[in-house]
Amino acid sequence: MSQPTIRLDHSRSTDDDELDLAVTAAQTTTLRSRIVGIWLAPFGILALVAALLLYYTSLDLATANIQQRSALDWSTKLWPQTIEHLTIAFWATLLVIIVAVPLGILLTRPAFRGAAPWVLTVANSGQALPAYGLLILFLILLGQGTGTVIWALALYALLPVLRNTMVGLDQVDRATIEAGRGMGMTKRQALTRIELPLAVPVIIAGVRTATIINIGMATLAFLVGGGGLGITINSGLKLQQNEVLIVGAVMVAIVALTFDWLGAVAERYLKPRGL
Amino acid sequence: MSDRPMIHLDRVTKVYPGSTVPAVEQLTMDISQGEILVLVGPSGCGKSTTLRLINRMIEPSGGHIYFDGEDVTDVDPDLLRRRIGYVIQQIGLFPHHTIGENIATVPKMLGWDKKRITARVDELLDMVGLEPGQYRDRYPRELSGGQAQRIGVARALGADPAVMLMDEPFGAIDPITRDRLQNEFLRLQAELKKTIVFVTHDIDEAIKMGDRIAILGDRSVIRQIDTPERILAYPVDDFVDDFIGSGSTLKGLNFERVSSLDLSDYPTLVEGEDPQRGLQMLDDANREWLLLLDREHKPLRWLRRADVERGGRELRQRGQHIRAEVEPNATLHDTLEEMLNESTGICCVIDNRGRYQGVVEINDLTEVIRKLRAEAKEHYDALEATSV
Repeated sequence: MSQPTIRLDHSRSTDDDELDLAVTAAQTTTLRSRIVGIWLAPFGILALVAALLLYYTSLDLATANIQQRSALDWSTKLWPQTIEHLTIAFWATLLVIIVAVPLGILLTRPAFRGAAPWVLTVANSGQALPAYGLLILFLILLGQGTGTVIWALALYALLPVLRNTMVGLDQVDRATIEAGRGMGMTKRQALTRIELPLAVPVIIAGVRTATIINIGMATLAFLVGGGGLGITINSGLKLQQNEVLIVGAVMVAIVALTFDWLGAVAERYLKPRGL
Repeated sequence: MSDRPMIHLDRVTKVYPGSTVPAVEQLTMDISQGEILVLVGPSGCGKSTTLRLINRMIEPSGGHIYFDGEDVTDVDPDLLRRRIGYVIQQIGLFPHHTIGENIATVPKMLGWDKKRITARVDELLDMVGLEPGQYRDRYPRELSGGQAQRIGVARALGADPAVMLMDEPFGAIDPITRDRLQNEFLRLQAELKKTIVFVTHDIDEAIKMGDRIAILGDRSVIRQIDTPERILAYPVDDFVDDFIGSGSTLKGLNFERVSSLDLSDYPTLVEGEDPQRGLQMLDDANREWLLLLDREHKPLRWLRRADVERGGRELRQRGQHIRAEVEPNATLHDTLEEMLNESTGICCVIDNRGRYQGVVEINDLTEVIRKLRAEAKEHYDALEATSV
């Protein structure tokens, strides 16, 4: 990604030049601070990883009690749980995108706009319900297992993506769409070539939020037999083993922060050029 | 130029659902090949609606629209619009497309090959005065308002449409840039000869841009449609008169040139001639001021009788300095302006080498205005006579 360069333009009148300069200069500064933010975050995350590693090795598991030794075993507990955790979050997020983006597009079309308040109410209530309750509801409906968690999380995280898709599409300048339609774009072309690309930054922000919600909420998956890092945290709590509790919680934090950062990178680089 | 109008609206009507009063009522109008027709009227008169009916951004509820004889009332509107250039006040450039991609929008939809599109984009950028190499790959956010509007026009010209619809294209631009863009556009149009329907609420812009002006009242009913000259000289009713506002006579003087006047004789004295002859002419014509010319017949000074008789210094150092001079291609508006700055109230007409041709006085202007009015009235009387 090249930095915008300040170009002097001698062929135009001075007022144009000044305007060009002012705009580019302002963009350069905001852009730079954002880029710095994005590339600073990984160092923070790496520091956290290093701290955890240090702590983990200092525990001296070989001589620790049986509960700690069992709960903090890397290859049979922590690593498989992390994979489970990510699997749950991944599928839940994917499900959210598959449902919420098309739904958001549909609800911003004139023919279906009337249904928007109703759908938003349902999506809102999904988030208003306590996550715990929602999970139990799905347990009753679908029984134990990873699938149950994924569906429950998908409903819980639906709102940010749905709302952002709708907001993202609605905030596209009407004049831009009018100009496109006026030049003979079909409705579909106006949607795919103008509206969606211009809504992408807002939609991605919604997906990022949903991802973080899902990673956080996946710690509750163990309640309905879905696995995940929640098991370790729960063991630490139940067995009053602070060491186990700390390792579990920090690992969830690392996973969440990593994906939040990936989301930020996606927002930055999937944004159409020119915006 | 063929007799068949480029655009023909036949009793086009738009009634919005849930409304009993039509927004546009039975509008019939012809727009000739190569002309700029300006739709002008007070806010809410339906002029923008009318424009959007032509490219069917709004579907008419009744009537027919013909393009060069072809009924386009029922063709696919998306395909129709690719044949029509469309410029709106907000411009609506696609911010995520480069300027080149913006201009290429319609050619791309029409499936032009890459080479042809690139060539066309560069040609259009050149045409609107922006250096292709410098601007092609930039994004719209890097443009000033005036530049963006130029790109808006270039984009509308993308696939070289015969017809352009422009909805207050220069409405959101500062007055100085607007004036420049208007002039640039008129220069472009002189070459391109597109058929243009242009909407504005600004009567001065209408007078400047229009080959013809349609003044619209409520429900887009045409109150008067004619050349700017004739509308200014003869507003058909109070509505039009009110809309044109004060100063219509002055504005009308912009369309007349000094060369169209019969310049009357005026007492002059060439340097070196006998001053008595000049005084004699002054008496014969019963005038106050004598015009002194040099030996090449270039105007020098305005002299009163007393200035001539006083003696002493050379003639060319007496009397009053000449302030008002115009060439034959000057408009009468400019001539009046000059005249108001001249204490004698008389404006000298000179040829391009500065030699005296005659003078224009205020009563010459009133005479012209009277004549214009009479001609316009005659025209409308004749129209009325044939329509009865």
